[in-house]
Amino acid sequence: MTTLPPPSTKKLGLVIDLDTCVGCHACVVACKGWNDQGYGAPLADVDPYGSEPWGTFLNRVHSYEVTPDDGGAAQTVHFPKSCLHCEDAPCVTVCPTGASYKRAEDGIVLVNEDHCIGCGLCAWACPYGAREMDPTAKVMKKCTLCVDRIYNENLPEEDRQPACVRTCPAGARHFGDLGDPESDVSRLVADRGGMDLMPEQGTRPVNQYLPPRLKDQGGGCAPMVPMGDAKPTGFLAWLDKALDAMPGGPS
Amino acid sequence: MTSPSPDLDLSPTIGDEVRKTTCYMCACRCGINVHLKEGVVKYIEGNRDHPVNQGVLCAKGSAGIKQHTAPSRLRAPMRRVGPRGSNQFVEITWEEALQTAVDWLAPIRREDPKKLAFFTGRDQSQSFTSFWAQNFGTPNYAAHGGFCSVNMAAAGIYTMGGAFWEFGQPDWDRTKMFVLFGVAEDHDSNPIKIGIGKLKARGARVVGVNPIRSGYNAVADDWIGITPGTDGLLILALIHELLKAGRVDFDYLARWTNAPLLLDADGLFLRDDDGKTLVRDKATGDLVPFDQAGVTPDLGAQVTLDGHLHTTAFQAMVERYLDPQYAPEAVADRCGVSADQIKRLAADLAHVAFDQAIEIKQSWTDFRGETHTTMVGRPVSMHAMRGISAHANGFQTARALHILQILLGTVEVPGGFRFKPPYPKPVEAHPAPHCKSEPDCTLNGPHLGFPRGPEDLALDENGNPARIDKAFSWENPMSVHGLMHMVISNAHAGDPYKIDTLFFYMANMAWNSSMNTSAVIEMLTDVDKDTGDYVIPKIIYSDSYSSEMVAYADLILPDTTYLERHDCISLLDRPICEAEAAADAIRWPVVEPDRDVRGFQSTLVDLGTRLSLPGFTNPDGSAKYRDYGDYMVKHERRPGIGPLMGFRGNGDAVGRGAPNPDQLDRYIENGGFFVHHVPQEAQFYKPWNQAYQNWAVDLGLYDNPQPYLFNIYSEHMRRFQRAAEGHGDHQPPDHLRDRLKTVLDPLPFWYEPDGSSDPTEYPIHALTQRPMAMYHSWGSQNAWLRQIHGDNPLYIPQQVWDEHGFQDGDWAEVTSPHGTITVPVALQAALNGQTVWTWNAIGKRKGTWGLDTGAPEATKGFLLNHLIHELLPPKGDGLRWANSDPITGQAAWFDLRVKIEKVAAPLGHASQPQFPTLARS
Amino acid sequence: MHPAPSVILFTTLSGLGFGMLFWLGLGFPSVTGWVAFIFFAIAYLLSVGGLIASTTHLGHPERAWRAFSQWRSSWLSREGCAAVAALLLMALHGAGLVFIGTHWGLAGALGALLSLATVFTTSMIYTQLKSVPRWNQPSTPVLFLSLSLGGGALLTGQIPAAALLLAVAGTTQLWHWHTGDSALASSGTTAETATGLGTIGKVRHMAPPHTGPNYLLKEMVHVVARKHAQKLRVIGFTTMIALPLLLLILFPASHGLAAIAILTHLTGVLTTRWLFFAEAEHVVGIYYGAR
Ligand SMILES: Nc1nc2c(c(=O)[nH]1)N[C@H]1C(S)=C(S)[C@@H](COP(=O)(O)OP(=O)(O)OC[C@H]3O[C@@H](n4cnc5c(=O)[nH]c(N)nc54)[C@H](O)[C@@H]3O)O[C@H]1N2
Ligand SMILES: Nc1nc2c(c(=O)[nH]1)N[C@H]1C(S)=C(S)[C@@H](COP(=O)(O)OP(=O)(O)OC[C@H]3O[C@@H](n4cnc5c(=O)[nH]c(N)nc54)[C@H](O)[C@@H]3O)O[C@H]1N2
Ligand code: SF4
Ligand code: SF4
Ligand code: SF4
Ligand code: SF4
Ligand code: SF4
Ligand SMILES: [Mo]
Repeated sequence: MTTLPPPSTKKLGLVIDLDTCVGCHACVVACKGWNDQGYGAPLADVDPYGSEPWGTFLNRVHSYEVTPDDGGAAQTVHFPKSCLHCEDAPCVTVCPTGASYKRAEDGIVLVNEDHCIGCGLCAWACPYGAREMDPTAKVMKKCTLCVDRIYNENLPEEDRQPACVRTCPAGARHFGDLGDPESDVSRLVADRGGMDLMPEQGTRPVNQYLPPRLKDQGGGCAPMVPMGDAKPTGFLAWLDKALDAMPGGPS
Repeated sequence: MTSPSPDLDLSPTIGDEVRKTTCYMCACRCGINVHLKEGVVKYIEGNRDHPVNQGVLCAKGSAGIKQHTAPSRLRAPMRRVGPRGSNQFVEITWEEALQTAVDWLAPIRREDPKKLAFFTGRDQSQSFTSFWAQNFGTPNYAAHGGFCSVNMAAAGIYTMGGAFWEFGQPDWDRTKMFVLFGVAEDHDSNPIKIGIGKLKARGARVVGVNPIRSGYNAVADDWIGITPGTDGLLILALIHELLKAGRVDFDYLARWTNAPLLLDADGLFLRDDDGKTLVRDKATGDLVPFDQAGVTPDLGAQVTLDGHLHTTAFQAMVERYLDPQYAPEAVADRCGVSADQIKRLAADLAHVAFDQAIEIKQSWTDFRGETHTTMVGRPVSMHAMRGISAHANGFQTARALHILQILLGTVEVPGGFRFKPPYPKPVEAHPAPHCKSEPDCTLNGPHLGFPRGPEDLALDENGNPARIDKAFSWENPMSVHGLMHMVISNAHAGDPYKIDTLFFYMANMAWNSSMNTSAVIEMLTDVDKDTGDYVIPKIIYSDSYSSEMVAYADLILPDTTYLERHDCISLLDRPICEAEAAADAIRWPVVEPDRDVRGFQSTLVDLGTRLSLPGFTNPDGSAKYRDYGDYMVKHERRPGIGPLMGFRGNGDAVGRGAPNPDQLDRYIENGGFFVHHVPQEAQFYKPWNQAYQNWAVDLGLYDNPQPYLFNIYSEHMRRFQRAAEGHGDHQPPDHLRDRLKTVLDPLPFWYEPDGSSDPTEYPIHALTQRPMAMYHSWGSQNAWLRQIHGDNPLYIPQQVWDEHGFQDGDWAEVTSPHGTITVPVALQAALNGQTVWTWNAIGKRKGTWGLDTGAPEATKGFLLNHLIHELLPPKGDGLRWANSDPITGQAAWFDLRVKIEKVAAPLGHASQPQFPTLARS
Repeated sequence: MHPAPSVILFTTLSGLGFGMLFWLGLGFPSVTGWVAFIFFAIAYLLSVGGLIASTTHLGHPERAWRAFSQWRSSWLSREGCAAVAALLLMALHGAGLVFIGTHWGLAGALGALLSLATVFTTSMIYTQLKSVPRWNQPSTPVLFLSLSLGGGALLTGQIPAAALLLAVAGTTQLWHWHTGDSALASSGTTAETATGLGTIGKVRHMAPPHTGPNYLLKEMVHVVARKHAQKLRVIGFTTMIALPLLLLILFPASHGLAAIAILTHLTGVLTTRWLFFAEAEHVVGIYYGAR
C-alpha cells in the first residue's frame, strides 16, 4: 500500500562493495535474465537489432572518476545501482494507485504490476533512477530484490539469494538483513564504513555502499638499502655478502 | 482506502528441466545450468559445482539465451553466387556442401597437401583440428595464438614450463600481494574475478601495472600507469633493486633453477657424457649432474676445466642486471614511473616474499630424493597477459617477468603462482614442430611444437619456410603457435608458395582479427589478371553467425550455437584445470538446432571420412567415428588415453583406460565435467615434486616423470643466437643475422618495441581493451550486450584533452604511419598521459551480424585495426619488417603510435572510414 | 524533465479550467441560463480536457480508477479525488444556474474551494519531489494557484482581479525562476553525495552504464540550451503576464482585446509550462553526468 508500513525489523537489502566491483556488468545481465522470465512482465528490448536498441534494466553499472583533492592519481570507480529499498521511500508515497508498496515484513519495495497505471510518478520521485517504465508492458519496473528467489522453495537453499548476488564473480555484492546488527551484511557495513547514497534526500536507503579503500599508498616499505658495493663485477663478493645477510644462511 | 500487499507467488518454478553443459560465450568455459521449459531455453545460470566458475557467470554467459536466438545465426550451408565480398549466397544441402568440399580437397591431398591451409580461430578443439590437419597431410595448420598471446605462452614454457594465460593461477587463497601486468580481462575471466574478490575480502594488496585504470586496475590498491611497451625496463629495474640489496631467494634458485648450471665457452651448458647438465656440489666441490641425489648446487661455482674458467648462469645474470643501465633512475622517464615508486615496489615485493613468508605443514619429496617437512611459501603472486605480450618486445619482457617471479621464489609455492595441469611441462616434454608433407600421406608429426634449436625449424631442403605462415622460420624462429595473421597476405603474395584452398574456422579474419583490414579485404577479393581466378582460389569457412568473414568465403559450412553441439574441453588441448585438480568438460546438444546446421567438428569428421583420411577411416574404408560425440569417446591419442579423462574403462578409470561407450552419459550426469584432484603432498613444487610427477604419469599427462629446472638462462635461445653468430650447419639468411644475434639473448633485455614510427610525429600510444561484457566481434549480435557496448569512444588523457581543447561530444582524427580514422572522443583522467584507447572489436561493418545498417556499431563504432599494418613502415633498408615480435612472431597490436587532431564531427556522426554495406545474403 | 505535451496540456488547461470554476462557483460573473452554460462549458472543456490529456500519458488508462485510492499519501491521488469532487459539485452548481437559474451559494463556494484544492494538489505533485529541486520550493504552488486564478479571472471577465493576480503570478514566476536556477546547487545533492565518493575527491561521470538510451534518460534528463531557455522565458513572460496585463490596464472594457489577452496568456502559460518541465533537473541526471 502507498502509505509506508511501520518500519520493519527485517530490512532486506544489498551491500555493494565499491572497492571490489570491477565493473563487469555480470549483475546487470543476470538481473535481466532472471527478471525477463520471472516477476511480472518480461523486460522490454526495443529495436533490439536496430539503430537505437534500448530496454528495461533493473540494475545498471555506471563508471565514475574521482580525482583526489591532494592531487593524487585519478581513480576509476565502477558503480552498480539498483533500487535501494529505502525506508522512507518517496516512490511509494507518491503512487496514486497503491501499486507501489513497501512490504511490511521485510521492507522490500515492489510494484504490483496489475494495479500500476503507468503514470511514472514514482520514477520521478526516486532520486536514484531505480525505476524504469517498461516501454512494452507499460508498467513500472524496478528491482524486486529477487523476492521470487529469496524465499523460493523450489530453489536449493543456497540459491535463495538475488540473481545479481549469486552471479557477481568478484563477490562485490552482498545480500542480507540490514535490520539485524549481527548479520554478515551489517557487520560488513560497520567494518568498512558503509554509506548511504544521497543522504540529503532523506530516503534512508537500506542498501549500503562500501567505499573504495584508500588507494595509491604503496605497501609501506622504504627503498631497500643496497649491499655495500654491489657492482656488476665482483660477483663472488656480492654473493658472499648476500648469503651472509640472509637469515638462516641458505645454500 | 488502501490496497493490501498482493499475494505473491514467492516460489515460482523456472522451467521443467535443467541441463548442465559448458558456456561458450567466451573461451573461459564455465559450467552452466540451462533451464528449459517445454524444450525451449528459458534461463541460464552458473553451475555451482563447476571448478571454473563455482556458480558465477559473467555478463556474456548470462546473455547466452540471446546468442542462441540471435537473428544473425546462419541457417544452412551456402555457396557463393555473387563475386567474393558481395555476400551473395544460395543455401544448399549438406550433401552438396560436403561433396563440394571433397571435390576441392581430395585432389589437393592426392597431389600436394600443403596447398590446403587450415587455420582455426577461437575454437577449443585444437587437438582435434590439428589431428585432422595432420591426417590430411598439410603442414599449414595452426590456431590463432600467433596473433593472440603467443609471447606469454612461449616465454612461460621456455622459462618455467608453464605460462600465465589460463595455464596457471595465483594462489588466491594465500597470496598477500598480487601484481597484475597488462590485463584487462584475460581468458580466465571468471576465475580472475573470483580470485580478486578473495583478495579483496581478505584485504590483501593488489597492484595494477597498466596504462589504463579500469576494471581490475580500477580496484587495484596501487596503480602504476606505465607507458606502453616499457614493462621490460620496469621489471629489470625491480630485479636490479633486488639484486643490489641481495634480496633474492638463493635457496630456491640453487635447487630449482638453472642458475647454478655451469656454462661452457659457447654459452651452452656444460654436460656430462649422458648429456646431463652439471653443477658443482657445494658440499663436495665435485661437478655432478644437476639431479643427483643429495647434491647442493653452488650458485657461485667457478670451475676451471681445460684452461677455461666456467662460471654459472647465475653469475651471468647478476652481472648483467647489476649494471647501472637497469637502475630505477635510468628507466623512470621512459616508463613514466618515478624511480621512487619502482624502488618502493621492489622493497614491498621483497618484504612480502621474504619477511611475510608462509609455511604449510605438509611434507614432500623432491626429485633428488630429499624430503622436506614443510612447504615454504612466498606470498607474492603475479599475472600478466597481452599488455606484456602484444608488443614486439613481449617475449623478452615476459621472460623478464618470470625471472622476477623466480628470483623471489614465488613460482609453484604457497602464496605464489601455481601451474594448472597438464602444466608444468618443460619444453622437452613438448613435441618439436613437424612440416614434412607428401602426397596422399599424413604429416610426419604434430605441426606445432617447441623448437630446441635451429635444427627444429620448419624449413624445406633449401632453407625456405615450409609453412605458408612462415612459422618456425628464421623470421620468427620460436613462433610456437604459428602465425595465422600472416596467412592471407602470404597466400596472396604466393610467398613462400601458392596455395589452392584456404580453410578457416571461427575467425573473423576479414575484420577485427586482422591488422590492416581493408588491405586484407582486397587480398581476399583480388583477381589474377592472367587466369581471371581469385588469387586465393578457394575459401571455405565455418562460422555460426553472419560475421564479416562469411562474405569472403566461397563455401560456408554453418556451425551450430554452443547449446546445440558436442564439444570437448580436453586435457589434450586447453583444459579447464585448477591448480588443485585436473578437470575437463563437454558440451552436448541441450537443444536441437532449428536450422539446417551441424556442429563443425562433426562436419570435419564427416569430411575426414569422405576423404578417407587414415585417422577417420577403418581399414575397410568405413567411418571410424559417427560424429564428434563418437570421436570424443572412442578416439585414443595413445593407447588408453583419449580426449576425456573421466569415466574411462568400466567407468571408474581416470586418465588411462579403454574407451567407455557410456562416457558422455556419465559426464552429463556429472554436470558436464569431471574433476580429478591433485593429492595434498603434490599441490606445490610440482616440477620437482615426486608425488606430483607420479600423479601426472598415472593420469596420463606424460608417460614418465619429467622433473626439470626453470630456465633463468635460456639455452634454447642461445642455440639460435649461436647460429646467428655463424656457428653450426643451420644458418639464418644474412639480412636477419644481426637482429637474431641481438634479440635471441639468453638473458632477457629490453629493446624499443617499434623503432619505425617517429616518436615526435606520432607521440601517442593507442591501445585497445576487451570489454568484460563483450567477446570480440560476436557480442554485438546479442540484444542485451549490445545495449551495454553499442559504440565505443576513444578515451583520451587529461593532458592531451586539454592540449587539443576537446569537449564532450567532440571527434578526433587519429593518424598512424599507416592510416587515418575519425572517431568520437571521451575524457579519462585515470590514464597514462601518453596513451589513448578504445574497446576492442565493437565497430562492425554495415550489413553484418543481423543488425540494421543504422546500427551504432556500424555507424559510430570503430576499429583501431585500420591504423595497424602487419608490416612496419619502410626503414630505408629495402626490407619490410613484420609488425611482430622477432622471436615468436606475436602480432604487435599494442606498438601502435598515433597523432591526434580535433576535427568537426563527420557527416551523420559516422566514424571514418566507412566500408560499403555488405548486402544481406 | 522531458516536456511531454500531455502533462503540459494537462496542467495548463485544467489549471485554467479549475480557475474558471473557482470564479464561477463564487458567482463571478453572476450568470444563469445559456450564458452560464457557455461559461461552464468552457470551464469543463478546459478542466476535463486537461484531465483527459493527462490520461494519455498513462500506460494503463483503463486502470485509472485505481488512482482514487491513495489519497492518504499521494498528491496525485488527492488531485484525482479533488478534481472529481470539484467537477461533481460544480456540475450541480452549474445545473442550478443553467436550468433553474438558482445560485446555490454553499455548493458554489465548496466547489470553488475544491477547484482551488485541485490546482493546489496538482502543484503539490511537483512541489513534493525532492528529486527535482527546481520544483521542490514554496513558489511552485503559489505559481500554479496564481496562474490558475488569474487565468480563471481573465476567462470569467474579472478584470481587476485578473490584473492583480497576473501581477502576483508574474512576480511568482520571476521568483520561481530565480530560486529555481540555484535550486539544484543549493539542494546539496552533488555527484559527490550521489556516489558517496566525495570523501576521496572530485567526482566526474566517466562512462554511462549502457551506450544506448533508457527510460530515465528519455524521461528525466532533458537538457535545454541556456540561450534557448532565456529566449523562451522572455517570450513566455511577455505573453503570459506582460501583454495581457498591459491590455487589461489600457483597455479594461474591450471584449475583443480581452480575448486577445486570453490567447496570449494561454500561449504564455504553455510556454512557461514547457520550460517548467524542460528546465527542471532531476537529480538522477547527476548519475549520468548530465549538467
Ligand atoms: N585492434 C585489436 N585487434 C585485435 C585484438 C586487439 O586487442 N586489438 N586482439 C586480437 C586477438 S588476441 C584475437 S584472439 C583476435 C580475435 O579475433 P577472432 O578470433 O576473429 O575473434 P572473433 O571476433 O570472436 O571471431 C570469431 C568468429 O567466430 C565465429 N563464431 C562464434 N561462435 C562460433 C561457433 O560456435 N562456431 C563457429 N564455427 N564460429 C563461431 C564468430 O561469429 C566470429 O566470426 O582479435 C585480434 N584482434
Ligand atoms: N570479455 C572478454 N574476455 C576475453 C576476450 C574478449 O574479447 N572479451 N578475449 C579473450 C582473448 S582472445 C584474449 S587474448 C584475452 C586477452 O586478455 P587481456 O590480456 O586482458 O587483453 P586486452 O583486453 O587486450 O588487455 C590488454 C591490457 O594490457 C594493457 N596494456 C597495453 N599495453 C601495455 C603495456 O605496454 N604494459 C602494460 N602493463 N599494460 C599494457 C591494456 O591497457 C589492457 O588493459 O582475453 C580473452 N577474454
Ligand atoms: S557483477 Fe559484481 S563486479 Fe561485476 S559489475 Fe556487478 S557488482 Fe561489479
Ligand atoms: S531507490 Fe528509488 S525506487 Fe527504490 S525505494 Fe528508494 S526511492 Fe524507491
Ligand atoms: S507508475 Fe505505477 S507504481 Fe508508479 S506511481 Fe504510477 S501507478 Fe504507482
Ligand atoms: S536483487 Fe534481483 S532484481 Fe534486484 S538488481 Fe539484483 S537481480 Fe535485479
Ligand atoms: S567467462 Fe562468461 S562467457 Fe566466458 S565461459 Fe564463463 S560465463 Fe561464459
Ligand atoms: Mo586472443
